[in-house]
Amino acid sequence: MNLHEYQSKKLFAEYGIPVPKGVVADSPQGAIAAARELGGSVWVVKAQVHAGGRGKAGGVKVAKDLDAVGKAAAGMLGTRLATHQTGPEGLPVDRVYVEQGSNIAREIYLSLVLNREAGQIAFVASAAGGMDIEEVAEHSPEKIIRVNVHPAAGLQDFQCRQLAFGLGLQGAQIGQFTRIARALYALYLERDASLVEVNPLIVTGAGDLLALDAKINIEDNALFRQQPLAALRDAAQEDPMERRAAEHELNYVSLEGNIACMVNGAGLAMATMDLIQLHGGAPANFLDVGGGATKERVSAAFKLILSNPKVTAILINIFGGIVRCDMIAEGIIAAVKEVGVTIPVIVRLEGTNAPRARELLAGSGLGVTAASDLTDAATKAVRLAGAHS
Amino acid sequence: MSILVDKNTKLICQGFTGKQGTFHSEQCLAYGTKLVGGVTPGRGGSRHLGLPVFDTARQAVAATGATVSMIYVPAAYAADAILEAADAGVELIVCITEGIPVNDMVRVKATLASYDTRLIGPNCPGIITPGECKIGIMPGFIHKKGKVGIVSRSGTLTYEAVFQTTNRGLGQSTCVGIGGDPVRGMNFIDVLELFEQDPQTEGIVMVGEIGGSDEEAAAAFIAKRVTKPVVAYIAGVAAPAGKRMGHAGAIVAGGKGTAAAKFEALEAAGIMTVRSPAELGSAIAARLAKRRGGGAKAKVTAKAKAKVAAKAKAPAKPKAKSKPRAATKAAKRPAAKPARRVARRPK
Repeated sequence: MNLHEYQSKKLFAEYGIPVPKGVVADSPQGAIAAARELGGSVWVVKAQVHAGGRGKAGGVKVAKDLDAVGKAAAGMLGTRLATHQTGPEGLPVDRVYVEQGSNIAREIYLSLVLNREAGQIAFVASAAGGMDIEEVAEHSPEKIIRVNVHPAAGLQDFQCRQLAFGLGLQGAQIGQFTRIARALYALYLERDASLVEVNPLIVTGAGDLLALDAKINIEDNALFRQQPLAALRDAAQEDPMERRAAEHELNYVSLEGNIACMVNGAGLAMATMDLIQLHGGAPANFLDVGGGATKERVSAAFKLILSNPKVTAILINIFGGIVRCDMIAEGIIAAVKEVGVTIPVIVRLEGTNAPRARELLAGSGLGVTAASDLTDAATKAVRLAGAHS
Repeated sequence: MSILVDKNTKLICQGFTGKQGTFHSEQCLAYGTKLVGGVTPGRGGSRHLGLPVFDTARQAVAATGATVSMIYVPAAYAADAILEAADAGVELIVCITEGIPVNDMVRVKATLASYDTRLIGPNCPGIITPGECKIGIMPGFIHKKGKVGIVSRSGTLTYEAVFQTTNRGLGQSTCVGIGGDPVRGMNFIDVLELFEQDPQTEGIVMVGEIGGSDEEAAAAFIAKRVTKPVVAYIAGVAAPAGKRMGHAGAIVAGGKGTAAAKFEALEAAGIMTVRSPAELGSAIAARLAKRRGGGAKAKVTAKAKAKVAAKAKAPAKPKAKSKPRAATKAAKRPAAKPARRVARRPK
């Protein structure tokens, strides 16, 4: 689950990480009032969306008077902001964050993320702040400093110094950096983050460190013990299909193609997409109905994939282990009858009670196409999807 | 032979009396697995599925002599259960639980380094040595005792590989589902190393997926250390970047962990890959047939085959539901111990 910048900065402040003063607003009038409340003569108006690359996309504007603050907010609110991370459809801007302008002498990149290879949480830092870290990693990997934190020892002072000196900080900045790094690490662990990113962390004109941006992702699997954070979820920023799927405990990811998939198991679901592509088709989605798939869940999955107007065929691929194929078949039959499917449905069922499932489908009187194996299923789906579109 | 578990393996189940623990314990018992008891805090002294229930893993291990623990404890408590099993001194922990917070697993992994305990999973189907011992949620009936070792990050893709190798008459030595989480216990390399040493295993099927770089590491390891034929498949060619594909660990992040990069690493290391998971069975069959036909490695194969043949003459494998507990007592032999890495169990 992603947090907005204004939510992340509130958490930063709770942990003693210096952030600019700011106020969130959902109307141009609110933005002007926020700027007036903050005082000063320069403000920054920032679109609150769950994506990076806002600056280049016009989602961050500097305003030098209250009128400009209102105009900047009016230009963002109610629109959709498309950045290189969102895709062309963009994300809705329902709120802006108004901040006091900061005097920037230097920009630094700093983040905390899981290092999968080490199985440890790692700091990633770069003196090239304000830039896309993935680009830095690709073009000048030597500019990136990585420090793994051992979970038993925790973050050590020498590691903070390694980072701080590596970033070219000096004097009082070393101590400031150490306090910030320690606070970020504590926040990461205590709030079950999967990413904490400060891009940029700036050195101000006065030589102090300040977190100018903040991005926090909370691990979904830990939300059960992070109730206050779970309440911060902004569903408007999420794919509506994926959100609906989550309500039925289905793992769903929207894709661009026209062949819908319904599969049990994440690996097989990915492999089914790959097979469709391999045989010249394009998958419309990733969908894992899970190991504990019930008749009801199969039915919900069917309705979900049919609500995508691009879909011209459905490929169902089930390897019944604990899941019984005959139960899946009943779910398919019930859903097809209920929803009234008019596009081709290709079914490959293997494993527990597969023969019984095939009998059920064959005897159902529904025009379901049976497939004998994986390859047969994929080629039939591609052919029928093409013929139907 | 096989790896990690066999007909003598005695195990306990943590989360024994829960819905999942109960269902899958019944299935394991029906397969002939020597499940000897379970742990549910607060239910110690009672019996469940005809087996003793203990309050702590230490009590369970002390009373039963189990060397393996199978875990179905809910995600919120699973990290604690893994560490409890390690503390109780089992050699192998198989954690089926899905959805354990990553930060919990970071702590678990670092702590397990100081124990002489292996962990399979979490978020995995488990491990099975066909005809001997099933620990986990895989459907037992699709397996067949044989010569192919299977290691995979995905449950259902493991079943595909099993199904295909069974249909081709090759069968499996042992199948290990290492799980779909980003921080886990045994990795490809750990399992590949054991398959390489196991005489029953003649060929290896490896199924990876997007996310991380464990397949790349495995490719380098295979090139250097594995002499047996390997066939590999990577799921997620069609997966978009930045999206988590069901498994917590299946995500292309920052351009890293793509299926293309993994295929490339495997192929650069001279490992046979298939672009369709439907070809795993035919590919490993072809590799094994070619090997049998001659070549520098034919000698090893012949030896391994002889052992398998000798084994086939031994008394029939334990049948499902053949009074497993009575049989356990009769055949009270020490469990075959898996190869150990280091001996530094803290007292």
